[in-house]
This record gives sequence, C-alpha cells and structure tokens, in this order.
Amino acid sequence: MTQFRLGRLSAALAVVALVFAGCAQQGTAGPTTGPSEAGATPLPGTGKTVNIAINPWVGYEANAAVVAYILEEKLGYTVVKKNLAEQVSWEGFPTGEVDVILENWGHDDLKAKYIDTDKTAQSAGELGVTGIIGWYVPAWMKEEYPDIDDWQNLNKYADLFKTSESGDKGQLLDGDPSYVTNDVALVKNLELNFEVVVGGSEAALITSFQQATTQKTPLLAYFYDPQWAWAQPPLVDEPLVRIKLPEYTAGCDADPEAVACDYPPYILDKIVSTTFATEGGAAYELIKNFKWTNLDQSTVSELIANQGMTAEDAGKKWVDEHEAIWQAWMP
Amino acid sequence: MQTAQVDRAATTTHDDRTADRATGQPTISVRGLWKIFGPAEPKIAGSPLLELTNAEFRLRTGSTIAVRDVSFDVSPGEVFVVMGLSGSGKSTLVRCLTRLIEPTLGQVLLDGEDIRAADEQRLRELRRRRFAMVFQHFGLLPHRRVIDNIAFGLEIRGEPKASRLARADKMLSLVGLEGYGGQYPDQLSGGMQQRVGLARALAGDPEVMLFDEPFSALDPLIRREMQNEVLRLHHEVGKTMIFITHDLAEALKLGDHVVIMRNGQVVQAGSPQELVAHPADDYVADFVRDVPKSHVLTLRWIMRDAREDDPADGPEFGPDTVIRTVIHAAATSDKPIRVVEAGRLLGVVDRAHILEAIAGHLEPGQVEPGRVEEPGPTPAT
Amino acid sequence: MTAGTLALRGRRAVALSPRTTWLALGAMSVALYLVFRDQWILPHERDTAVFQAFNAARDNIDEVKRTVPPVSLVLDAIRGTTDWLYTTILGILVGLGWPAVIALSTFLGYAAGGWRTGLLALSGLGVLGALDLWDPSMKTLAVTLAAVLVSVAIGVPLGILVAKSNRARAVITPILDVLQIMPQYAYFIPFVVLFGIGAASAVIVTFVYSMPAAIRITALGIRGVPAASVEAAESLGSTAGQVLRKVELPLARKTIGLAVNQTIMLALSMVVITVVIDGPGLGENIIKAIQVLNVGAIFDAGLAIVIMAIILDRVTEQASLRLDSRSGAGRAGAARRRLPRRLVLGGLALASLGAIGLSAIAPTWAGTVPEEFASLTFREPVNDLVDWIQANLYFLTIGLKDAVTAGVISPIEKVLRSSPFWLVIAIGGAMAAMLSGLRAAVITVVALAGIVGLQLWDHSMVTLASVLVATAITLGIGALIGILAASSDAVSRAVRPFLDAAQTLPAFVYLLPALVLFSPSRFTAIVAAVIFAVPPVVRLVETGIRLVPETLIEAGRASGATRLQLLRKIQLPVARPALLLATNQGIIMVLGMVVLGGLVGGGALGFDVVSGFAQRRDFGLGLAAGISMVLLGIALDRISQGAGRRRLEDLGERAAKVQVHATP
Repeated sequence: MTQFRLGRLSAALAVVALVFAGCAQQGTAGPTTGPSEAGATPLPGTGKTVNIAINPWVGYEANAAVVAYILEEKLGYTVVKKNLAEQVSWEGFPTGEVDVILENWGHDDLKAKYIDTDKTAQSAGELGVTGIIGWYVPAWMKEEYPDIDDWQNLNKYADLFKTSESGDKGQLLDGDPSYVTNDVALVKNLELNFEVVVGGSEAALITSFQQATTQKTPLLAYFYDPQWAWAQPPLVDEPLVRIKLPEYTAGCDADPEAVACDYPPYILDKIVSTTFATEGGAAYELIKNFKWTNLDQSTVSELIANQGMTAEDAGKKWVDEHEAIWQAWMP
Repeated sequence: MQTAQVDRAATTTHDDRTADRATGQPTISVRGLWKIFGPAEPKIAGSPLLELTNAEFRLRTGSTIAVRDVSFDVSPGEVFVVMGLSGSGKSTLVRCLTRLIEPTLGQVLLDGEDIRAADEQRLRELRRRRFAMVFQHFGLLPHRRVIDNIAFGLEIRGEPKASRLARADKMLSLVGLEGYGGQYPDQLSGGMQQRVGLARALAGDPEVMLFDEPFSALDPLIRREMQNEVLRLHHEVGKTMIFITHDLAEALKLGDHVVIMRNGQVVQAGSPQELVAHPADDYVADFVRDVPKSHVLTLRWIMRDAREDDPADGPEFGPDTVIRTVIHAAATSDKPIRVVEAGRLLGVVDRAHILEAIAGHLEPGQVEPGRVEEPGPTPAT
Repeated sequence: MTAGTLALRGRRAVALSPRTTWLALGAMSVALYLVFRDQWILPHERDTAVFQAFNAARDNIDEVKRTVPPVSLVLDAIRGTTDWLYTTILGILVGLGWPAVIALSTFLGYAAGGWRTGLLALSGLGVLGALDLWDPSMKTLAVTLAAVLVSVAIGVPLGILVAKSNRARAVITPILDVLQIMPQYAYFIPFVVLFGIGAASAVIVTFVYSMPAAIRITALGIRGVPAASVEAAESLGSTAGQVLRKVELPLARKTIGLAVNQTIMLALSMVVITVVIDGPGLGENIIKAIQVLNVGAIFDAGLAIVIMAIILDRVTEQASLRLDSRSGAGRAGAARRRLPRRLVLGGLALASLGAIGLSAIAPTWAGTVPEEFASLTFREPVNDLVDWIQANLYFLTIGLKDAVTAGVISPIEKVLRSSPFWLVIAIGGAMAAMLSGLRAAVITVVALAGIVGLQLWDHSMVTLASVLVATAITLGIGALIGILAASSDAVSRAVRPFLDAAQTLPAFVYLLPALVLFSPSRFTAIVAAVIFAVPPVVRLVETGIRLVPETLIEAGRASGATRLQLLRKIQLPVARPALLLATNQGIIMVLGMVVLGGLVGGGALGFDVVSGFAQRRDFGLGLAAGISMVLLGIALDRISQGAGRRRLEDLGERAAKVQVHATP
C-alpha cells in the first residue's frame, strides 16, 4: 500500500519537476542577455559560445584569462574553458569541442594532419610570445662547476645528478608527458650518461628547481620560457642557467629519432577550427588580433600562480590596467 | 584392548581425578546457572525481573533467558544426557560449562574447582586438558588431513609433532578409521567425519567429553551405529560424558542420567527408567508416551513382593534386567519370574505384569522401584 | 606470498609433493638465470614496426571516418544521441536549480531510507553547494546518470541472457573478464579515435566501464532464484516469459537493485577520470589542482566526489532493500511510524514543489548557489599541513623512498630486465600451472608471448617490478587491517568509512599527495597504487575471515586455542580462497593504478600509455603499451586466480542466495 502511494507520489513529483525544469531551462536564457541590456547596442557575442582549450601550464592559462575576460565582458560571449593536453585539444577541432588553441608550440605533425590534410583547423596568427625550451641547472651549480653549462661536460658531472630513479646514470627531469620534447632522443644521440625521468607536471618542475636553488641540490631539468617562475624568488635572484646543446639549424630536428641539436626558438601561434574561423565572427577577429609579449604573459601568470588569484580575477586586473593594449585587438 | 589400557593408564596420572573417584565427589557440579542474552545481562544479578516468565522478561527487558537457574551433578564416569527440543537452552547450557558462552549467574565446578573464577590462561588449560567437545556439524578443518585434524588439540597445546601424530594414529584405530589418516574431511561420509570428531576429542585424553547433538546430522542407521560406538568407547575409556540431544530414544539409550529441559529450565531429572515410569509433568509424559516401556524398564520396576504361595522354581533374573529380555522366559514358563539378586529373592513378576508393561499400561502405584534410589539430580525451579 | 602458502594450494592440483616441485622450480629458475643472464633480453626500442602499424591503422580509421560517410554517420549518430542524453539530464538538473535538487533528493532519500538517508542527502548536497562546487557536481552527476541509464538498459537484459543461456555466458564472460582487467586509463585510446573528445565520449567510456557490473550482478541474481520456485511456476504451466516476469525478476529484484548501485559507483569513479578526454565535472577541478600542485583544492573536490558517492550509494542501496517486497525491515518500520512518515513525506513533497516553483519564478537565484553560502573550503588547512610535512618530514619521506627504491624496486627490476624473456615466460607458465591449472598456464604463456610480439618486453618488466612491489606492500597492509577488522567489530566500524571513501575516489586523486610527499619516482607511483588497492584487499580479507564457519572457530576455542592460534591454524587457512582472491584483486587494482603512475614518474608501460595519449607520434607506442598492460594483467590474473576463485564465487553466490531469500 504505502509503496504504491510512494511510487505514485514520486512519479507525480518527477513529472512536475521535469515540466518546471523545462520551463526554467528556457528561463535561464534570460540572465545571459543581462549584460547586453547594459550597453546601448546588443553585444555581438550574445548567446554564443567559444570553446577554448586550456593546456597544462600557467602561461597558457594567462592567455586564456585575458582573452576570455574580453570575450565575456566586452563582447558578450560565453566562454567554456577545457583543460586538455595539447594533442587532445587538436582532437577537439573536428567535433567542435574545441574552437581555439591560444598558444601552440610547434606540433608540425598535428598541423600537417589537421590543417593540411583534414582541413579542420587553421592558424590564427602569431601569439607574439617567443618560446624557448632547453635544459637548465640552478645558478649555484654554474658557480661551483663553471664548465657545467656545456653539454660536452655533462657526462663528467653525471654522478652529481644521480637519483633513486636514474640509477647509476644522471637524472634529466622532464615535465608533463604531453609537452614538446626530444629529450630521450637527445640523450641517446649525444651519448649522454643520463636517464630521462618524467616529473609529470609543470608544478613538479618548478618545485624541483626552487628546491634545488634554495637547498643547493643538483638538478638538471627541462624548462622553458615564458614561465612565471622566472620572475619570482628564488629564481628571479638566481636565474637558472641554460645548458648549451649543439646549435639548432633548420631541419636538424626533422627526424625525431635522430635529433642531436638544441630546441629551436618557438614562434608560438594560435590555432582555430575551420568552422570557428568562418563562423566565429567578432570572437574570431579578437583572437586573430590577440598578440602580446612574454612580459605581458608573465605578469598575468604570476598573478595566477603566486598571488592566488583566479584566472578570471587576473584577467580582469590586467585588462583594467592595460586598456591601450587590448583595445587594439578589438574587432 | 590395548588402546583402552593406554587410556586407563593415562587417566590415573591425574591424581586429582583418582581422588575424586575415591571421595565420590561429582566431576561436574552446576549450581543455579543462568544465561541471559541481551542488554539486560550485565545488571541482572539479584533483580526481581528474574522472577518473570520468559515471555514477560523478553517484553520488559528485550533480553532472552536461555538458561534459567539450572543445577545438577555429574558423577565420575557416567553418561549424563541433557535432552530437549530446539530452543530449550541445552546447547547454551553445555557451552556454559567450558565458558564458550559466558554464564550470567551461577556456579560451575569441575572437581570442585570454580570454572567461572578461572582466568583466561587457566580456562585455556582446562579446555586443552580436561574437556573435549564433539560438535553437531563436526567442526573439522577442511584444509587439514584427518590425522592432522585429530592431532589438532595436541598441536594447540604444543606437543611435538612425532608424539602427537603417534597419538592421533592410535585414536584413528580406536574409532575404526585405520588407513584414512591421509584423507581430507570432505572425502569422508558424515558418519566417518564424526568418528574423526570423536577421535579428536579423545586424543587429548580429557576427563570430560561434551557432545553437542553429535549425531543429529546423520542418517538414522548411521546414527544408531554411532550411538553404539559411543557406548563402546565409554566402556573402553570410561570418560565422563555429557551428551546433548533432542532425541529421546538416544537419551534413554545412552544416559545413566537424563535431564529434560524446556524453555531453559530443567523439567525433570532422573534415570531413564524414572523418566519413563514417572513423567514429572504432561510435557515429559507426552515425550515418553511412545517409548516402549518394556524396552526401558527393568524387572525391579514391575515386581511385586514374593508371597508364600509363589512357586519357587520359576525362571530367575536379576532386578536390572530389562523387561523385554524376559518375555521369552515368561512365555515358555507358566510360573512367575523370580527376581533374584546375590542369591536373595527380591520379588516376583507375574506374566500379567509383563503383558501390561508391553502394552504400555503402568498404573500409578503399581510401578514402584524396588530399591531406594540414590538422590538424583535436583530438579530446579 | 610465500612458497608455503603456494604449496598448500598446489597440494591437490599436482601429484608430486608440492614443496619439492616448488623447490625444484625455484632452483631451476635461479640456475637458468645465472647461466643465461643478460642474454635473450629484449631492450626497448622507441620505434618499431608494431608501433608504426598502429599509427597507420589510426590514420586509416581517421581516413575512413573522413571519407566513408556511413561510418561517420553511425559514429555521429551514437555520439549525437549520447550527447543529447547528457545535455537533457544536465538541463533538467540545472533547470531545477539547487533548491529543487536538494529538496527532491531529500524527499527521495527519506522515501528510500528514512530520516537518516534523507538527512544525509540534505546535508551532503548542502556541503556540495557550500564548497562552491555545485555546478561541476551537477555535471559529474549528469554524466554518471546518463552512463548508468545506458548501462542498466543494456546490462540488465544481457545479465538475464547470461543467466539463462550457457552459450551467451560462454561468449560474454571472457569479454567481461578482459574489461575488468583493463586499467581505466586504457579505455580512452580507442574511444577517442572513434568518438573524439567531449562529454559524449565521456558518457560512452563510462558506460562501457560500468556495464560489466550490471551484467554480472544481474546474472547472479537470476541464477540465485531457488530452483524450487521456478519449478513450482513451471509445474503450473507458466511460459518462460511468465517465469521470468512473475518469479525470477521479482525474486531477483533486490540483487538487481544492487547491480544498479554498483554500476553507479563504478561509473562515478570513471567519470572523474574522463576529464582527460574533456569529460565535464569535478574532474576538471582535480586536474587543475594537480597542475598547480594544490593539494587543498584536490581535497575539496575529492570531498565533493566522496559526498556524492555516499549519497548515491546509500539512496540506491536503501531503495533496493525496499524493493525487496519480502524485506521485513522496511515493512515493519513503515507500519510502526506510518502516520509521521506520511506527514514527513507530504511535507517534503510540498517543499520540493515549492522549490521547483521557486526555480520557475526566480531561475537566476536558483541557478547559482549564493556566494556568501558557498564559502566552505579546506584549502588552507590542508595546504598548511602539506607544507609542514614537506618542510619537516621531507628527509624521512625521501629516506624511505630511497631505501625502498634501492633495496627492493631496483634489484627486482634489474633481475627481471636481465632475465632471458623465455625464462620469465616459462616461470610464469609454470606458476600458473601449479597454482591455477593447465588452462591458466596456456593463457599465461600466450599473453606473455603477446607482449614480446608487441615489442614492449623491457618496459613490461619494469612495470612488472613495480606491480610486484606494490602488490606485496598492498597485501601486507591489507591483510593486517583486514585481520584486525575481522577480529574486532570496533575496528571494522572504524575503518569502514575510510574504505568507502577510498574506494569511491578516482585513482588519480591519490597521485598528488603521493607526489607531494615523495616527488616524482617509481616509489611515488607505488605509494599511490597501494593506497588505491588496499581497501578492496581489506574488505576481501575481512569478509573471508568472517565467513569462516562459526563451528570451526568454536571447535578451536573448545580445544583451548589462543586467538593467535585460531587465526593461524583455522581462520587464515580456511579463508585461503578469499585471501587468494584478495591477492588477485590487489594485483589487478595495482596494475590499473600503475598506468597513472606514469604521470608521476612511474615510467615504463604507464608512461607509454599516457604519452601515447598526449603525443600524436607516440600513439602506436601508447596503444601497444595499453594492450601489453592488458596482457600482463591477464597473465597475472591467471597465475594468481588459483583454483580457489571459482569456489569463492560459488560461496558468494550462495551467500547472495541466502541474503535474497531469507524470509522474515
């Protein structure tokens, strides 16, 4: 008996809930039109969504923070941020899951597939930031061992870098598995007595370098610039020292298995899906125009990484303080 | 029988035991034993709640009285049977004796030693050396061979491997399982498994053996065989045995003394003959109604005093002869049977008495034991 | 596992004295190793024909998807439908707004399990809101519900089929076995190739991951229906359909309820990980926190997941108990407090209606949890604690790591890597033969040979070393806690909430604390795997020991055994099938976690899978590594399943029967 009643009661409630939910869902379209009414004319992005891939390093997030803030607050778009690895972000272009990658490091193979073959993506111009990838040691090591910053001397110091993970070889610490890296091939081709150990994340790299600098422990690791940690103690006072690898020449990294030269300077660029390029309107225009410097990016990164700001707040702060720069990007 | 002699010899090494036998002190003495399950247990001592009936008690306290004020004595070397239907508290009672279940109130004495006062170590010692138990569902360890199961108790008390296996081997043949030592329990039939259980209990050469409905899971034929086995072993090793059963026939067959329990209480205690001849109440009467009296009662119970005119040449039998066995003699002789003990005429039994007994009619007053019974177990309540 | 316990199992499987056989096997292995050490080893190569073939296959699939419309149409249709399902459910949850969702959940909780469950739903959801995690929680819930709907819709009928048809069972069971061994992470690669990334793929992966439970438990429930009941129905002339509808399904209702419950739990644990393929929800919060090493933020998000899991678990569990029409508890409870219960139900229903109305009138307000309310967070205290540990216990943790790595992990790894591959395969086969029979041995050898074929032998050996160490630690800790929990109700009650929480949290939540304490290393991955795998081992050990028949314990006590003797001589030996199953489960869980260990320095196969996922040119390597992992899992599973597995499953089945059919 009670079960019957209970069943019916629940069913009735469910029906009511669904009906109202349906209404309410339509109703929620209301508030998004809110900001538009504030301005004299409706904003171009009203009711439209932009999907931005967020790759796993803070510098990237800084790009997205500023772009997203402008898209939402100045143009009226809804921005959906998706935390994805680089490769996976590209997978999102054909299905529409991802509209934009704001900071692309090379990835010629992906460009070949998605831009040239599939034609589901295209470049949206340079980011204005130059990326540098390399191997670094803490400053104290250069003082202690002046010739350590040449790759030819690394084997001499390999013992210093031994850890539980690298066994009887020296350890070369890498970052997130999705990062652009030739390190395994480099170690092999340069005949270095080192073992690549993967730290797993940007944070692992930064913590390791900060510890190595303050506690004067040896560390050889993959690192890059722009990176907010450069502008922070302890690295700001004792900047990491880059190891000189055999000089980069065009094409020397063509065969990933035979690489024996340094990383090139990366002219970072923006990638959008073809659909977004044609239908993205004002948002696409903004993203195409978006271009700033290493310093700009680091400023925002630092707000996020060290001052505990959310990406939204950091984006707002930068936008509020740098109107001249971003006005030039507006469509 | 060789093994039996070994056992007897072993028994005498326990001085206290021999002493008991000499003084006639009971092996086990239970006084005012209570077991209450439930929240009321810890604070019940002396409470007027104990006066309530079981049903009222449960309603008032949410607790159950499993054993209610039970007292009895078990004499050395006897088979003492506790009989009752399921829920009567008999299994709880037997577990209280070795504190597998902790009694709530009352006293349990083993050769005068208060078992409830024993600390954990002493209790373990008692269980290891003085008691042994045979279980309804055998309780054999499936991962051990038969021989290792039998030696289990000895292993527990730390006997060296060689000696315990030798002992286990003897037990194996004592229970008629020669050659099965290397098998696993699940390769044996139920009856054989219980023989292993018996052997395990005997292996530690305990003073008291406790049987908790050991044969109720067995087929009737096997059950009878096992009962005979117990009688044989009792005869051979002479242990004090406390035997729990729900089967009246089994109780009457095995017991020197029988206690009948109901709702946690003892309703009657006595020898099998007393129970059959004088049921204490309707409950017991109901039980014994279908028992063939002639199979239980002895001549002592139906003889009358000899008269001057009784023929002096009738067949002669001892007073403890079961009625059934004289039927043939009575049928072939027209003279009354003479009940004789040590050359003295105690009384006579007429053919009519025998027929009455076979028919199950025992008029009150007609049946009187022709001897003074030693004081039986004190029925409680 | 010691040779002694192994020998016990082998006793009846082989005629030869098992101890001698094991000794001979051991001696021969050592001798062969010493003679052939460093020969016939298969060093790792970064690029092989196999990997290239996989890469080419992927390109082909992409090509087919692009150029053959029917294929892409079908895939798009599946994707579209799934996406629609997810969006609709999320739409309803969002449209209802938080007041109505909380009110309705409280109503459902109370209706299913009384005031405790109702209160749990109310306060639990309240905490979700207070943690400012309402929106991601609703997304996670939506993916979970969508996946569970599909799982149940397909899994229950399949389960009935498996129960009824031996042929279906023969086909489906091995598939379920493989699915169960597959590490969660390995599910992603094929589905991303087919369906791309996004919520739809997340739902599909979650559904595939959670469906086996629905099938298995449903089949168990149907098979558990007493033959007598079915016979009775048949003797009255019922058709097969009538038997199913009127006898089997009603009698198995509670078990099927349990199937739904388990499906939800598994789905939830998967949903969070789908963030790596752009699955929405709480996983995003966690992965973001991992990227910036913010343990406190992970704690918040992890707490939200646990709360959601507990609510879903309790509500569905209680509901399935209630479903059991013969369950006395529900009925008696209802009878005793009928009037107040009705009043409360009515009140809650009214409150729900009111909240729904509120959402309709003020959708904006109901759409977001007010900021002043959403201010609960554990970030600071947790991060402070982490900082303190890092500052003060660093040398201790690093010392432990280095000691274990140098003393245990590296030597084992070295032996495995320097052994001839055929020797490892032969030893694996021999162990499987001794422990689990000939069939298992054949499967083991084939699986291991498959790894050779995939050209990932060296990395598999590295992973195997980590798995062995992690399993040993897991079993040690798990058995200890399990034994304690089995011998004391208090301990059992005390550890249960931790076990529940630990089992609901997705594996990678454990990575960060481990990483913070031990920095990137194989040991870190092992620690995370141990935390992940200990709970089920504890449960199995505890259950196994508690299932030891009371008569045996009593027999032991009556013989004067001490507690330790009871444990050593009765409980542990009798519970051996359960202990073996615990070993088996431990290995499988550890293996699943070691993949994720690739993210924190675990290296080898795990890293190959992760990087195959992250770098396009490593796709072939990643896929091959994923398959190797499954093969390694199958081999370890077969070796460790022993002859005991089947017996224990029988036991479980019987226990389920007893549960289902116990009449009041």
